[in-house]
Amino acid sequence: MGVLRGRQSQGRGGSLIRKTVAYASLIFFSFLFLAPFYWMISTALKSDTEILQYPPKWIPDVLHWENFGNAWMSQPFHLYLENSLTVTILTTIGQLISSSLVAYGFARFTFKGRDFLFMVVLATMMIPWEVTMIPLYMEFNYLGWINTLKPLIVPSFFGSAFYIFLMRQFILTIPRELDEAARIDGAGSFQIYARIIMPLMMPALILVSVFNILGTWNDYLGPLIFLNDQSQYTLTLGLAQFKGMYEVEATGLMAVTLLISLPPLLLFFLAQRYIVDNSAGVAIK
Amino acid sequence: MTVQPKKLKGRAFLTPYLFILPWILGFLAFTLGPMLFSLVMSFFDWPVVGEVTFVGLDNYVNMFTDDPLFWQSLWVTIKFALLFVPLNLFIALFLAMMLNQKVRGSGFFRTVFYLPSVISGVALAMIWAWVYDGEYGIFNYLLSLVGITGPNWLNDTSWALVAMVIASLWGQGSMVLIFLAGLKSIPESLYEAASIDGAGAVQKFFRITLPMVSPTILFNLIMTIISAFQQLSLALLLTGGGPLQSTYFYAMFAYDNAFKYFKMGYASANSWFMFVIILVLTFLVFKTSGKWVYYEGDNRRGGEEA
Repeated sequence: MGVLRGRQSQGRGGSLIRKTVAYASLIFFSFLFLAPFYWMISTALKSDTEILQYPPKWIPDVLHWENFGNAWMSQPFHLYLENSLTVTILTTIGQLISSSLVAYGFARFTFKGRDFLFMVVLATMMIPWEVTMIPLYMEFNYLGWINTLKPLIVPSFFGSAFYIFLMRQFILTIPRELDEAARIDGAGSFQIYARIIMPLMMPALILVSVFNILGTWNDYLGPLIFLNDQSQYTLTLGLAQFKGMYEVEATGLMAVTLLISLPPLLLFFLAQRYIVDNSAGVAIK
Repeated sequence: MTVQPKKLKGRAFLTPYLFILPWILGFLAFTLGPMLFSLVMSFFDWPVVGEVTFVGLDNYVNMFTDDPLFWQSLWVTIKFALLFVPLNLFIALFLAMMLNQKVRGSGFFRTVFYLPSVISGVALAMIWAWVYDGEYGIFNYLLSLVGITGPNWLNDTSWALVAMVIASLWGQGSMVLIFLAGLKSIPESLYEAASIDGAGAVQKFFRITLPMVSPTILFNLIMTIISAFQQLSLALLLTGGGPLQSTYFYAMFAYDNAFKYFKMGYASANSWFMFVIILVLTFLVFKTSGKWVYYEGDNRRGGEEA
């Protein structure tokens, strides 16, 4: 981890031309990456007649803040919000507990079949969702879980491969002497996990929380397949339906899109260092 | 390596297994079980309600011989991958190299490129549907400023897929960061030595940068191929597979068979075929990687601790 830190590349001759090209392309691409966001925000604040103007207006004459309230109220978005929050919070708790337990087991013990099992953990990351989705649907259907939030929540309490891998890597960097000292003081394995490892792996726990919150909040296919009843919808599903079911003005649609995107964007800004430094670091290993 | 006594008995022997038990149970219930079940289903005619009948290889045979949608969706997916994979890698590597030029505000640029990958695919699709809008879309307006008359992107059979490629590229900024990490791990001394030997920028790129960053290219290549072949949400939300099935992806074909027509057996066969394609492609990439991926010494990561 922390691959990005240190070893800044030295100026390679630092030719003026090269710098100019770099700045020009970075600014150009930044514009391309930001323009759709800007267009969303600007549309969300326009009047319904303003969006039909051509050439398009970059800045609305009057900022129609009421678009947000109106669009939000036009659908039971508060219910969707509640469902999204429920799923996001519970899956995060589930992942933090179970993935860390499993990661600790793989990182700190030598046992029969460990290396094989860990290979299996890694291999599961490569299985495309299509292969398991259909039988999972039938399984959850059999259990009577379809149209409840359970299919979205329960599996997270059994850990997930990527988080297990990430946490295991982190635990391996914690000195074993700490475990051994605690063991001499009479601590059992679970106590060592709870009292020593967990507090020390806070950065990894935060990273997993951020990844999981983003992934769950943004998930669309899971809710789409497992939920039919509108009262169970999550925000992404509600938004997709909002567009599909009615002829909706672009202002309202962009307003809700913006509202739904705000929490992940906010979280990203808060946890930027963690995500940027570590996601690349993990991926490159 | 271990603090356990040589002979583990009873509880002590069980302890590690208790820690990994959640994963074992989850693996059986949500991965291995479903996979085996799906494999079995693929040999059956398996409606959600009604009689289940064994049909042997029929599902697989029908797919190839009797289903134009299979070929159409496969072709759409391959076309998408052929456009998306190289473009994605090229743009990401290019941006990473620009960021690696010790530019001021590189933190700002990194954030900008990563930003779209933070929001939901649904939000991404909503934004692009509006950007591409035939009458009021900003995309064609911007093109008109440079003298290009854009098509009605999402309703044009020859452009809808291209539109999806562009929208997908927008959400792939994390790859820039992965490349950047790869570039930063190249020892500066290599470039210095090359400069002393009189190497130019082009030579340095082909002789140093490209070989040194090739393991990262391999990783990103495989990730991009997998994501291209599993493309679904964007098509569901942006075009619904249209117009005239020009964006009818393979994953959508499998999805429709399962959850629209409830042909669970047939859809399982579709899924397994997709799995095999991904496995074969990944295998081929790995197989050829020996020729173009450079690993420094024994350490796979050349300098980074494993």
